[in-house]
Amino acid sequence: MKVGVVTFPGSNCDADARYAAQLAGGTVVSLWHKDTSIPADLDLVILPGGFSYGDYLRTGAIARFSPIMAEVVNFAAAGGLVIGICNGFQILCEAGLLPGALTRNHNLQFICKDVLLRTENTSTPFTSSIQPGTTLRIPIAHGEGCYVASPEVIQELEDSNRVVFRYVGDNPNGSMNAIAGIVNASGNVLGMMPHPERAAESILGSSDGMSIFSSIALHLGDTLCSA
Amino acid sequence: MKHFTAHVTVTLRRAILDVQGKTVEHALHSLHMPGLQHVRIGKHVEMSVQAADADHARELVERACQQLLANPVMEDVAITITEGFEGDHV
Repeated sequence: MKVGVVTFPGSNCDADARYAAQLAGGTVVSLWHKDTSIPADLDLVILPGGFSYGDYLRTGAIARFSPIMAEVVNFAAAGGLVIGICNGFQILCEAGLLPGALTRNHNLQFICKDVLLRTENTSTPFTSSIQPGTTLRIPIAHGEGCYVASPEVIQELEDSNRVVFRYVGDNPNGSMNAIAGIVNASGNVLGMMPHPERAAESILGSSDGMSIFSSIALHLGDTLCSA
Repeated sequence: MKHFTAHVTVTLRRAILDVQGKTVEHALHSLHMPGLQHVRIGKHVEMSVQAADADHARELVERACQQLLANPVMEDVAITITEGFEGDHV
């Protein structure tokens, strides 16, 4: 798989995302927020975590107007895989690629700790190698991870099985329905607050995050084999 | 073209719990001011606007709110437009 990782001013998980994608066998290219094109042969674009534009105004609100984002929107519309992690999830919501929004954690604190996630949908390209119901231990690190949306949107997400990850036990940030990650209607854009790239090797405390990267590699491999 | 000043107040929608407001409300109660309730905390954006008239000025600011200043999923805006500049800007 060929992976592009976008760096915005204030991104700080871009190097980790590149590393994890490489561990999963990916060839990685760095993309810059001012880029006005992305390589035609990319399989996956990652919007990494961080504090793009200092979180000014709202998290992700300014980054969505970066030149690269118009390309990411086109890439997603053409069926390309996109993952937004943490700040990347916030940017995807602001850009309208995913519904809802992320607001202040209910306890008003920045929370940095491992959480348990239940994989609710294992038929996405991002979770295809995960056994149904598997619990993953992956860290979160955010101040604004409380997922909110209108009751209609929440219902639609639940009915269409688009809640991919849900916090198990403790809901750390007060997200509606304990939502930790969702996909778009076409299933090719994933947004999640937890950081799979920070759980990429056992030396980091958990390698559960790798199951997401390896799912994507498997999904792309399957596509190639069946083509 | 005339000059106007726009004041935009952005607050969380009523349906969304304003945890900052709640926390400040509790602090006010602990300061023995139980009569102060339903505290809501938002953002204030002020800017000068050049437009033909007040209606056009409002239209421009409404567009700015829709596209950037607020996120309609979770925020409401209140806009006031006054004629002329207010104060000196550095």
